[in-house]
Amino acid sequence: MGQSSPSSRPDIHATRPVPVRHPARWIGGAALFLFVFLFVRLLVTNENLQWPVVAHYMLSPEILKGLGRTLLLTFLAMIFGLAIGVVLAVMRLSSNPVFRAASWLWIWFFRGVPPLVQLVFWYNLALLIPTVSIGIPFGPQFWEASTNQLITPFSAAILGLALTESAYASEMIRAGIQAISVGQTEAAATLGMTRAQILRRIVLPQALRILIPPIGNDTISMLKFTSLVSVLALPDLLYSAQMIYSRTYQTIPLLIVATIWYLILSTVLTFAEHYIEHRLNGRPLALSAVLSSLFKSKFWSLRRHEARS
Amino acid sequence: MTAATPLLKVERLSKSFGTHQVLRNIDLAIEAGEVMCIVGPSGSGKSTLLRCLNYLETPDSGAVFLAGEPVGVRWRGATLYEMSFNELAVQRQRMGMVFQSFNLFPHKTALENVIEAPIVVKRKKKAEAITEAEALLEKVGLADRAHYYPRQLSGGQQQRVAIARSLAMQPALMLFDEPTSALDPELVGEVLAVMRALAEDGMTMVVVTHEMSFARDVADHLVFMDQGVIVEEGHPRDVLRHPRHSRTKAFLARVI
Ligand SMILES: Nc1ncnc2c1ncn2[C@@H]1O[C@H](COP(=O)(O)OP(=O)(O)OP(=O)(O)O)[C@@H](O)[C@H]1O
Ligand SMILES: [Mg+2]
Repeated sequence: MGQSSPSSRPDIHATRPVPVRHPARWIGGAALFLFVFLFVRLLVTNENLQWPVVAHYMLSPEILKGLGRTLLLTFLAMIFGLAIGVVLAVMRLSSNPVFRAASWLWIWFFRGVPPLVQLVFWYNLALLIPTVSIGIPFGPQFWEASTNQLITPFSAAILGLALTESAYASEMIRAGIQAISVGQTEAAATLGMTRAQILRRIVLPQALRILIPPIGNDTISMLKFTSLVSVLALPDLLYSAQMIYSRTYQTIPLLIVATIWYLILSTVLTFAEHYIEHRLNGRPLALSAVLSSLFKSKFWSLRRHEARS
Repeated sequence: MTAATPLLKVERLSKSFGTHQVLRNIDLAIEAGEVMCIVGPSGSGKSTLLRCLNYLETPDSGAVFLAGEPVGVRWRGATLYEMSFNELAVQRQRMGMVFQSFNLFPHKTALENVIEAPIVVKRKKKAEAITEAEALLEKVGLADRAHYYPRQLSGGQQQRVAIARSLAMQPALMLFDEPTSALDPELVGEVLAVMRALAEDGMTMVVVTHEMSFARDVADHLVFMDQGVIVEEGHPRDVLRHPRHSRTKAFLARVI
């Protein structure tokens, strides 16, 4: 059509405007593609990566056992960490000053001490406290065990990781609880609910919905934090790989094996988090809907997508 | 409780926020089955008074009696003790409250909102609670919305669910704090209709409202508040038609 005088223009109601062009997206996309291509070529052609060795060890029993241990550590540390975190958050918001102070001290300590120091410390607890017993202080003892029996590398690892997590989790859970409006608590109170009932039935379920993304984030962090347990000679994923390459000197391929597994696990966790988020918010659970939300950004879309929600 | 004891009695109630005295020596009495409407300009202390009745706010001095029993405090011998939150919860079961902003539980459907307190507080069987909740939702005209979440309901519908939720605890008394102020004008009528029906059923109600027609038609007792004091009270016919105080006259001239 080219240059046309106003009279030769088609009817505005009969035509659709040409969508806005985004040349920068094409240029940026091409540049990104080039970098990815060069990177992949480096991975494929570099002999030092020894892909056959990587393939050989990916599913070796030693690595898989380490992988299982990494998962178990992550899972247990998160469960204990979150459980203690909920208690700490509730204590921190309590009207009881003793609870508030205790919770503050706990958070201050376990957030301040590096997890690596804690792991070593818990492992060597026997040097400080040789025996652990349950009984009446200064009175009869009902049960006693030597600390050396109780503290294995595994229990030391769980203690160190879970206690660190509890401090971070409690601050996050506290923010989630405080995000629930006072109106909710007042409405529940006027129905005659007790404090515990309000917390359990009204506040925490709503806070949990807000907290799913940060909990998912913490879980992925924890997955990687568990690699610290190699200082306790606990054969998790990384330490298993290290043990193999200390025998075979195939350092790079085995680190790649561990890297690939960490990436696979964090991908699975990312999907799991999105799935749970969808479920709790009552959004469609079809795989395509969950997948498409992974990349979606509504930041610049000015329209409100749904009238109320 | 003798026949002479009003269902709710307020004696010399005062409350300040910092240096600002919001309520000054309020005295009130509400008989069982009576509807009391409280009107007054913004900031006159109506919400604060209502919230003192069920101790959402703690009064600085004065007392509230529910069926002759002091609210929020208890006698042991000659000593008066403050009640804990959980002791207070028992008294609050007998006073329902409806808020301007509905405050439905957003993670629960309309039906789940209504059955929550009967199950958790009164330990009712779920099936029984559901049957009762369905009857209540029917009563507020929302039987077909039982499985909707609050975000899927209009403001008027949300407020009616909130009323049903309070009624599910079978309270002796219902408190309403401007239940229609957050609603679009065309939704006000449906909520007022539910409240009228409730009044006709003989529910004792204390209603803070700006709806003068509701006050005129439904209230047995109208209270006009300004700057933390009750300026004038009586039957709405008298207060609305023949206000004695200049402040009442000025207020009524503005709102009617
Ligand atoms: N929590 C609070 N802290 C400090 N001041 C408050 C608080 N709640 C209420 N006030 C003040 O007390 C006064 C009375 O408030 P109240 O909400 O009882 O008025 P109201 O009559 O309900 O007004 P409205 O018609 O606008 O709802 C107002 O000046 C208000 O600013
Ligand atoms: Mg108010």
